Amino acid sequence: MIKDITLGQFFPGDSVIHKADARVKVILCIFYIVMIFFAKSAASYLFLILSSVTFILMSHIPFKTVLRSFRALIFIIVFTSVINLFWTKGEVLWVHLGAIKIYREGVIQAVKMVVRLACLLCTSGVILSYTTSPIALTDALERLLSPLKKIRVPVHEFSMMMTIALRFIPTLVEETDKIMSAQKARGADFSSGGIIARVKSLVPVLIPLFVSAFRRADELAVAMECRCYHGGKGRTRMTEMHLKPMDFALIALFIASGAGIILLNYIHLSLYIPI
Amino acid sequence: MNDEIIRTENLSFAYPTDNEKNKIYALKNINLTVRKGEFVAILGRNGSGKSTLAKLLNLILIPNEGKIYIGDTLLNEDMSEEEIISLRRRIGMVFQNPDNQLVATVVEEDIAFGPENLGIAPKEIRKRVDDALKTVGMSKFAKHSPHQLSGGQKQRVAIAGILAMMPECIIFDESTAMLDPKGRHDVMETVEKLNRKNGLTVITITHNMEEAVRADRIIVIDQGEIVKEGTPKEVFSDVPKMHSIGLTVPQPAYLCYCLKSKGIDMPNGILTEEECADVICNLMKANQGKYDGNIHSTK
Repeated sequence: MIKDITLGQFFPGDSVIHKADARVKVILCIFYIVMIFFAKSAASYLFLILSSVTFILMSHIPFKTVLRSFRALIFIIVFTSVINLFWTKGEVLWVHLGAIKIYREGVIQAVKMVVRLACLLCTSGVILSYTTSPIALTDALERLLSPLKKIRVPVHEFSMMMTIALRFIPTLVEETDKIMSAQKARGADFSSGGIIARVKSLVPVLIPLFVSAFRRADELAVAMECRCYHGGKGRTRMTEMHLKPMDFALIALFIASGAGIILLNYIHLSLYIPI
Repeated sequence: MNDEIIRTENLSFAYPTDNEKNKIYALKNINLTVRKGEFVAILGRNGSGKSTLAKLLNLILIPNEGKIYIGDTLLNEDMSEEEIISLRRRIGMVFQNPDNQLVATVVEEDIAFGPENLGIAPKEIRKRVDDALKTVGMSKFAKHSPHQLSGGQKQRVAIAGILAMMPECIIFDESTAMLDPKGRHDVMETVEKLNRKNGLTVITITHNMEEAVRADRIIVIDQGEIVKEGTPKEVFSDVPKMHSIGLTVPQPAYLCYCLKSKGIDMPNGILTEEECADVICNLMKANQGKYDGNIHSTK
């Protein structure tokens, strides 16, 4: 059971976004985040929500899952909106209770902030973390950042480290399980006592785990050396990444939605919401 | 034409210690030759120096004394990294722990790791990966992640990873020691197939006698020295010698040895159970009545 852990938040799937080139997705994600901050008018905010929903639908990731990712960041969302609510000064005073003054502009600002953060979370989640396997992501980042190798940024080394870490997470989880069982068989108790007692009881698990991880690292290094690993220099890759027509379609879609956001800034929806 | 793949001359190695005077040699004066297409088993108990020998042959360790030739090239300490890599790629190595030699999270990516390091063109890598997977019978697991595989399957992936580099020789350093019987059997079948069908030179380091029996030649190492060398029949007939250095012999060979020491006329060099059963059967038929009582009484 412990073997089937999923890494990160990746949901394997078969949607258009799943199949798209990871490099394209990284760039589009950054592009979209920038575009979010270009939105100014109510119309473009509506469009922002609409496009985020479209992306979620395209990815086949259930809405529930996407909303769950809000939970971790709920504090930040609430915090920023509260700050905006109370500290934005405007012309039209809506609520006045003692020292608390809430202006209409503050309310609008807070709503904007929530929409922005929500769209940012949804879109980046749906485009990258939910639909891209960690390994594809590492690979894409290595390829995108490879120009930095010229200024001696160890891009290849970092990506190798990431790959090995991802490779060994399941192995080490399994090992932790084994060590815990072994310590339990020797009478160790992991589930009672206060927090300090519980943390202390993990020491006999962590020490063997670290020792074995170092041993593994040593053996792996020798095995890699045997397979002629000598860093990223002169290395080729089996899979060449080629952009497919679908990737261009996705890029076009994002550019269109970016353009939409900017254009809608010039259209005022109505006189009631003059933003 | 020289058909030697590996030759060592007076090879000695000691692991570095603080005290230069009390150097303990892991290997002393090893002279061995491995020819193209051979299946050689190196036998020895734990700590006999067999893994050190493997690491020397694969140029992971540099010898203190003596010479190693890979093909016609003599290894020397002033070699550049490229030269060492070009030699190392000719000798592949499969280790004991299947988990600690797989690098990538997808089987086919892992097999591609070696060829990628060698800077081979992507199309050629693809072809090699597919071929290697087919050779070890793992084609349908190409997209799996290593942690979903059994020990024997992982080990076969590791073999495929070495095959994709197209070495001339593969060293198996106790590659079946951590596997269950089924996995061990699969890996051994694969190794034997590689040697017999694909003509690959195989050196297997082991203390599993059933594995050693399959080899063309056995080299026995004890306390860093070669103590015996010969065909499995020759080596396993010398039961007292093998026992004196803490190694067992295959059960049928031991049974024959025991019968022989009881004065029963057994031929030398019996290694498999079938052979042994046949010989005993024939003996009993030929001497019906003669041994009957004797055999029953020893029961």
